[in-house]
Amino acid sequence: MRYIDHHAHMVSRTTDDYHQMALTGCVAVTEPAFWPGWDRLSAAGFEDYFRHITDFEPKRAAKYGIQHYCWLCLNPKEGEDRELAREVLARIPRYLECPTVLGLGEIGVNRVTRNEVETFHDHVALALEHNQLILIHTPHLEDKWKGTRVIIEALLQRSELKPGRVLIDHAEEHTIEMILENGFWTGLTLYPQTKVSLSRAADMIEMYGSERICVASACDWGASLPLAVPEFVLEMRRRGHSEALIDKVVYQNTVEFLGQSPNFRLQG
Amino acid sequence: MERYSGTCPLTRRQIADEYFIESRNRLLEIAAFLDRLERAAEGGSERDFRVQAFQEALQLLCDGEEARVQRVQMLLSDPSTQLKAQLDQKSATGAHDHWRGEEL
Repeated sequence: MRYIDHHAHMVSRTTDDYHQMALTGCVAVTEPAFWPGWDRLSAAGFEDYFRHITDFEPKRAAKYGIQHYCWLCLNPKEGEDRELAREVLARIPRYLECPTVLGLGEIGVNRVTRNEVETFHDHVALALEHNQLILIHTPHLEDKWKGTRVIIEALLQRSELKPGRVLIDHAEEHTIEMILENGFWTGLTLYPQTKVSLSRAADMIEMYGSERICVASACDWGASLPLAVPEFVLEMRRRGHSEALIDKVVYQNTVEFLGQSPNFRLQG
Repeated sequence: MERYSGTCPLTRRQIADEYFIESRNRLLEIAAFLDRLERAAEGGSERDFRVQAFQEALQLLCDGEEARVQRVQMLLSDPSTQLKAQLDQKSATGAHDHWRGEEL
């Protein structure tokens, strides 16, 4: 078994988690910029965070033979503060030059407010200006359908944007079709209660196929499982799915999407 | 769901063999949750849109129609695309209040 976890907030995890992930076949993780559970007071706080995920975290992962990449942004949970967003976005371009940065993410919306949508537009514009891949967070629970619809409509307004360079993450049963039918990539994130379970993820692979779908843990500081992807592999085997299909959704698809960034270079 | 017929590689018997016990457990957890609500201490609000949505979702599961997961998801979702004027709270609650302003 080999896998890439394209959505793992490793700053919130221990080195023991890296160890376990390495033992179960993880070869690379990508870390979207995230909300720490509390609001940062200034753009300088984000800059420290960007240094953390572009410098310190790749070194920590490398000790376990795991390649660490990241995405940069002001995350949707803090997108309401337009002034802070402008200050943070102004600091992002120089970090895009770091060798492990794959693009802008996880951008998106949280409660689907006007300010959040404006901040989302600003991030998309920055990504297009710098020819970056985009990783998108879709809202939780009752806000997911609405947020996903608003995000897709906003993206479709931009004729210069190529849907194949955008992964809209945290898809569920009521949003996956609208994402795929518009040409975007999507992610199934295996979160114990508020996103997708192992069995529902397998159901969606069976129903919607394996094209442009990647599976990840979305592990973070909340109740989550850094080994969710290998658990998903067991769920797929339990149903008798082929190793080729499993490899496609936990490794090959992810390589294909991320490989559009010149910074993504798998070793070995 | 007819278009998805046969997409699960397991037979109905195999699905029952693999998933019945864990689904049974979840069924009992739901039953216990509903019983717990009835045993609740006095003082909380009688009206809770989350519980209302939950109870409607249970009805939906038994209506014999297809696409249960999608329909439950939408029952729990905000079906509009209207943007909020400003942030009301940081986190979602799990269900949209379809009955706001109504007497339940």
